[in-house]
Amino acid sequence: MLVPLLLGITLITFTVIHLAPGEPVEMQTAMSPKASAASRARLREFYGLDKPLHVQYGMWLSNLSRLDFGRSFAPDNRPVLDKIKERIPITISLNVIALILEFGLALPIGIMAAVHRDTLLDRAISVFVFVGFAVPTFWLALLCMYLFGVKLGWLPISGIHSLGSDQWSFWWRSLDLARHLVLPIAIATFGSLAGLSRYMRSTMIEVLSQDYITTARAKGVRERVIIYRHALKNALLPVITLLGFSLPALIGGSVIFETIFSIPGMGQLFYQGVMARDYPLVMGILVIGACLTLIGNLLADLCYALADPRIRHGRG
Amino acid sequence: MILARILCLLLLLICAACGQDAPWNKVQAQDGKGGSQFVTGSIGEPSNLIPILASDSSSSDISGLVYNGLVRYDKNLKLEGDLAESWEVSANGLEITFHLRRGVKWHDGHDFTSRDVLYTYRVTVDPKTPTAYAEDFKQVQSAQAPDLYTFRVTYAKPFAPALASWGMPILPAHLLEGKDITKSPLSRNPVGTGPYIFKEWVPGQRLALEANPNYWEGAPRLARYVYRIIPDNSTMYMELKAGGVDMMGLSPVQYQRQTTTKEFLARFNKYRYPASAYTYLGYNLRLPMFQDVRVRRAITCAINKEEIIQGVLLGMGQIAHGPYKPGTWAYKSKVESDPGYDPARAQALLREAGYRMGGNGILEKNGKPLSFTIMTNQGNDQRLKCAQIIQMRLKTVGIDVKIRVMEWASFLTNFIDKGKFDAVLMGWTISQDPDLYDVWHSSKTGPKELNFIHYLNPELDRLIVEGRGTFDMAKRRDCYYQIQEILAKDQPYTFLYVPDALPVVTSRIKGIEPAPAGIMHNFIKWYVE
Repeated sequence: MLVPLLLGITLITFTVIHLAPGEPVEMQTAMSPKASAASRARLREFYGLDKPLHVQYGMWLSNLSRLDFGRSFAPDNRPVLDKIKERIPITISLNVIALILEFGLALPIGIMAAVHRDTLLDRAISVFVFVGFAVPTFWLALLCMYLFGVKLGWLPISGIHSLGSDQWSFWWRSLDLARHLVLPIAIATFGSLAGLSRYMRSTMIEVLSQDYITTARAKGVRERVIIYRHALKNALLPVITLLGFSLPALIGGSVIFETIFSIPGMGQLFYQGVMARDYPLVMGILVIGACLTLIGNLLADLCYALADPRIRHGRG
Repeated sequence: MILARILCLLLLLICAACGQDAPWNKVQAQDGKGGSQFVTGSIGEPSNLIPILASDSSSSDISGLVYNGLVRYDKNLKLEGDLAESWEVSANGLEITFHLRRGVKWHDGHDFTSRDVLYTYRVTVDPKTPTAYAEDFKQVQSAQAPDLYTFRVTYAKPFAPALASWGMPILPAHLLEGKDITKSPLSRNPVGTGPYIFKEWVPGQRLALEANPNYWEGAPRLARYVYRIIPDNSTMYMELKAGGVDMMGLSPVQYQRQTTTKEFLARFNKYRYPASAYTYLGYNLRLPMFQDVRVRRAITCAINKEEIIQGVLLGMGQIAHGPYKPGTWAYKSKVESDPGYDPARAQALLREAGYRMGGNGILEKNGKPLSFTIMTNQGNDQRLKCAQIIQMRLKTVGIDVKIRVMEWASFLTNFIDKGKFDAVLMGWTISQDPDLYDVWHSSKTGPKELNFIHYLNPELDRLIVEGRGTFDMAKRRDCYYQIQEILAKDQPYTFLYVPDALPVVTSRIKGIEPAPAGIMHNFIKWYVE
């Protein structure tokens, strides 16, 4: 099931990216007085763009089956895998930390809102998370950079390492990295709290209205135990699915974020790839993303079955 | 809740580490006192450090410090010897002989000789090399290296831009000959003859160069050059203020409004000189509407270029009358045929061309309204504002203008290349050599060629060919002066403005000498007190 799905995905992405106007060669030579028709033809031949589309797709696919993602069409002509490899660690670490923080903060917030439903606290939380959701991140990022970086001088403004940090001891280097990541992670987390916490709030409210909770309350079980032991377990079930969905998002970075903070991550790489019509690079990233999506869905299904006996025993 | 506690602890730890003894504070303090590290910021990352394989400005920023050409432009934009000590052009203009500098060494210790020059020429014209720079070298009929320090090229006919084309960075033959240049490690680890030696490239973050102690002009005084990649202009500006970069190019708003405080001016020096670029409104001359020169002249008369410069560049630019940069040798300062801003004349010209005012305030001829669309590319706010000001001005004389903004690739492929546009608002960079063949000659109107507005003028063609066919500067200047008159008379473009380059450098850097070529020309002489 996974293989035909993957094939379909690659075929569609290949078609779509070739349908986009402009070719890599053109992006490199456009409006350049030095480039003649001959040099364009030469570049097209070099990249194999002179061949018919289905041949190009076939070649790409057969290379892929040998796990060869090909070489980038950018002037550096480097293997796509190398380009992805050097960018993926920072993106994954950033996303993992942000994801842990997001779940770690959004779940308690959601529970709190559900338990204190329709009180002032609930409304305050709603306002807080929606402010985070609605404020344009680039604007907030710039304000924070100005305050903490320029005015107060507490935190570095952009990048992920200080200049010359390669000569410091391991601890200083790690601390330096951490300092660089404080702003991006804080802002990313703030912006993403809304979705998950609202979701948690609504499932929690739903569970809290179930009969067995009423029964528990009637038995005189303490409210804390009801919420954290009886209700939370069931309310968390749908969250597993969400966690599975976040797996592919781990390798996708946000372009705006990475651009503002000068973080050399996947978002920028992908964006530049699309803008330059760097087909192998775009296809490479999409294939990896597609694989992760499929794996994420599979894992989510498995975990769900593991967590929910109703699914495990075939009763839905 | 436990997580929140851990988080607080972590933040505390990070803040505690902001104490005075943290290494990052030391780095900054040291730099403030006179570390001779120079940090500059760039929006883009270089793509390939073998110069013939890259065409982006970031790559050439680095290549320019790592490599040398045979010739280069000096601070007054005159050609001078670089790796060539001197050169002669034969009396008939067909043969150029370069006498190469002796004792120049590659960064790996090898001697630089004519073999390197010959290799660079051969690999550039080799059909297997995917380069966009072969064109100028294809005019060469033969190239020889009679001895280790002489290099001679012969042309089929005299070709004036040839000399400047030898400013192309020379590649090390001993590292590349017989190898596939597209897979060479030199593309990410270049070896040149230039003032700086390549040190490291941290992808997506920075490149670092170190001064070449054996450089033939003397070692550069700034010991280390760091090129940071900061894709966002606002971020770069904050890095500048926080001391994270030493130099950047300002936008007009930043120059005029955000960098005028005493505090800023004490810490930074601002510079201002015309950039090598111009912005223009180009008309599709295949359309009957624009084939009438009176209509084109009327549009130019109706556009207030000074107002555009004030509105778009906050005054940081100059009016353009033609395709040359003010102050260069080919530039004619008084172009008599230029119509200038004169709305009354615009109306008279349009009347003469047969247009009459219609009911809705738009001019008409044979029932057809005088209406067209200005297209420009996405992501260039200045061009969009420019188009809006033009739209407003043309409305007052009765011309209806619509504006359409499009992504670069589809703009080129679907509209420019197919000739499907009315008018475009775009810009050209101005090359040092004034030859205009590629953009203005009538043979360059094919698909993907640069005379996409389809301007055909035999007189102009003759002057272009004459200008590139002689090495006599006086004759060339004469040709280009005439060309500027013709373009001003015909207005195939309305030349709008030449913007100013607005670099800013921290004041701890001394020795900067602004000149017609900008400020980077004596970079190796910059120093820190």
